[in-house]
Amino acid sequence: MNDVSELTITALRFGFLLLLWVLIFSIVTTMRRDLQIGRKAVTGAPTAREVRKHPELAASPPPAIQHARTLVVTEGPLKGTTLPLAASPILLGRAQEATLVLEDDYASGRHARLFPQGSRWFIEDLGSTNGTYLADQQLTRALPVELGVPVRIGKTVIELRP
Amino acid sequence: MIQTETAPKPRRNVELALIVLALAVGVGASALVSINSDVGLDRDFWFQSSLLAVAAFAFHMVLRLRAKYADPVILPIVVALNGLGLALIHRMDGPGDDTGNNQLRWTLIAMAVSIAVIWFLKDHRILRRFTYISLAASAFLLILPLIPGISAGEILGARVWIRVGPMTFQPGEIAKITLAIFFAGYLSSNRDLILLAGRKIGPMQFPRFKDLGPMITAWLVSIGVLVFQRDLGSSILFFGLFIVMIYVATSRISWVVIGLLLILGGGFIASQIFSHVAFRIDSWINAFTPEVFGRSPGGSGQIVQGLFGMADGGLVGTGLGQGRPDLVPFANSDMIVALIGEELGLIGLFAVVMLYLLLFTRGFRAALGTRDAFGKLLACGLSFAIALQCFVVIGGVTRLIPLTGLTTPFLAAGGSSLLANWIIVGLLLMISNTARGPVDTTPMVGKPPASSSAPARKPTTGQTPSAPTEAVKHQ
Repeated sequence: MNDVSELTITALRFGFLLLLWVLIFSIVTTMRRDLQIGRKAVTGAPTAREVRKHPELAASPPPAIQHARTLVVTEGPLKGTTLPLAASPILLGRAQEATLVLEDDYASGRHARLFPQGSRWFIEDLGSTNGTYLADQQLTRALPVELGVPVRIGKTVIELRP
Repeated sequence: MIQTETAPKPRRNVELALIVLALAVGVGASALVSINSDVGLDRDFWFQSSLLAVAAFAFHMVLRLRAKYADPVILPIVVALNGLGLALIHRMDGPGDDTGNNQLRWTLIAMAVSIAVIWFLKDHRILRRFTYISLAASAFLLILPLIPGISAGEILGARVWIRVGPMTFQPGEIAKITLAIFFAGYLSSNRDLILLAGRKIGPMQFPRFKDLGPMITAWLVSIGVLVFQRDLGSSILFFGLFIVMIYVATSRISWVVIGLLLILGGGFIASQIFSHVAFRIDSWINAFTPEVFGRSPGGSGQIVQGLFGMADGGLVGTGLGQGRPDLVPFANSDMIVALIGEELGLIGLFAVVMLYLLLFTRGFRAALGTRDAFGKLLACGLSFAIALQCFVVIGGVTRLIPLTGLTTPFLAAGGSSLLANWIIVGLLLMISNTARGPVDTTPMVGKPPASSSAPARKPTTGQTPSAPTEAVKHQ
C-alpha cells in the first residue's frame, strides 16, 4: 500500500496493543464489583479504616461463641473415649473405615455422620437400622448439634465439648 | 459469615459496551493485517467483519432474552479471542488458501450451536440426568476415530479425526464436555461415600481401594487415548480434568498425589514404549542440538523456529502481517501462540494470556456462586479444561513442557475445537446465570422438590443444614 505511510502503520501497531490492554482494563473494572463483595453488604463487618473514621461503627464485640473442639463418648462400650474435632466430617458406625468405630451391636455399619458447616457441627443419620437420637428426638434430617447435647446411637451416647 | 451475594443485576448493557470493544480488537487486528498485506481494506474484510459483529450481537440478544443474569464479561472475552484468531489465521493464508474463511464458517456454526444450547437447555441442572448417558457418549466419541469406515486415518501421526462428508472432525473435543458432565454428575452424587471412607496415613487421608475405581477408569481411558489414538495432549487433558474435579469435590490432597503418581508412572512407561512420546521429550530437552533440530519425524525444528520468531518479536512485536511466521510449521494452529509472540510481542502475548486468565476466573466465579453441587463441579471442570489446554499449549510453545498437540482455545484453526469451546462458553454462561440471578425456589421440573429446591437465601436462617452436599465448603 502506497497511500499508508510508515508512520501511520507504526502508530496503528502500537494503537492495537493499547486497544488490547484497554479491553482488559475495562473487563477488570467491570469485575471490580465482584471483588467488593461484603463491603456494601448489611452483614459485612466495618473495616479497621472505617472504624477509625467513624468510631460509632465499632460495635461491642459479640459474645464469644464456644466452638466444639472434642467429641466425648459419655455412655456405652467406648465410654470415656475422646476424639479431637478437625475440619473434616466424621463417620460414626461399626464399619472399620468409620472415624469412630463403635463396638456396639445396636449400631449400623455406616450409622451417622457429623459434619462441620459454618461454625457449627451437624449430625445426619445415614439410613441406620435403629436410628440416631439427638436429645431423645429421632433424626429425620441433618440437624445442628449444640455443645453438651447428647447424641444416642444404639447404646452409645456422644457429646460435643469445647 | 461473610455475605457472598449482592443484589442480582443483569448488567447486559455493560456487556454490550464490552462486546463493542472486543469487536474493535478483532476487526482492528483484521484491518491491520489487510493494510500490511497488499490487498487493503477490500470487500472480503468488510464482509467477514460484519458477519462476526452480527453473530456477536445476536448472541448478546439471546442472552438478554434467555440468560438475563449471565456473567457480562465472558462473552466479550471470547469474542475478542475469536476475532483475533480469525485475523491471525487469515494473515497466514497464502494466495490459494481458504483456512481463514473456513474458520469464520466454523465460528458462525459454533456460535449458533452455543446459542441453541442456551435457548433449549435453559437450566444446566437438567444435564445431571444424563450422567451415565454422557459416559456412554464419551466412550462412543472416543472410539469413533478408530472405526475403519468413518475414521479419517492417521493424520500427522494421530488417529483423532473422523470424516463427515467433505470435512474432518475431532470427536475427542466434544468428549471433553461429555466427560466433564459425567464426572460432575458422578462426583456430586457419590462425593460423601468417597469423602468419608478411607484410612489415614500421616497427614493425609487415603481413599479406600474400591473408591479408586473411577480414578483407575479415568487413567485407563487416558492411556487408551495415548496408545490407540496417539494423542498425548488429549490424554493429559482428560486425566487432569478428572483429578481436578475429584479434588474440588472432596478437597483431599491425596487424590492429587495419587493422580500425579499415576501420570508420572504412565508417562515414564509411555516414553519408554512409544516412539512419538520419546521424540517429544527428546526434542524438548535437546531442542537446540543440530541432529534433533533437523530430524524427521519428531524433530524440534517447529519449537525452535517458534522461539526464534518470539525472540524476533521482542517486547512490542514486529506488527501484524510484518513478521516471518511462515518459517514456523503450523503457525496458524499449534504454533499460533508463537505467531502472536512474534507479531504482537511480549505485550500482546501477555494480553492474550490475561484474557484467558480472566475467562478462567469468571468460570470459577460462576462455580463459587451457583448453589448446586453439580453446577459447581461442572463449571470448575469446564473452565479448568480451558485453562489446562492453554497451559499445555503455551507451555509447549515456550519450551516449559514438551510440546503436545492440543489446540489453543478460540485462537487456533480447527472447527471441532472451536465448536467444543463455544459449547463450553454456553454452559458457563448458563451456570453463571443461575449463580448471579435471583434465587429460584421453585422445584425443578421432573424432580422431587425436596432434593432440588435450592435453600432460599433468608437472612434469618443463616446456616442452612439442608445442603450437606455443597461441593465447596463455606468456611
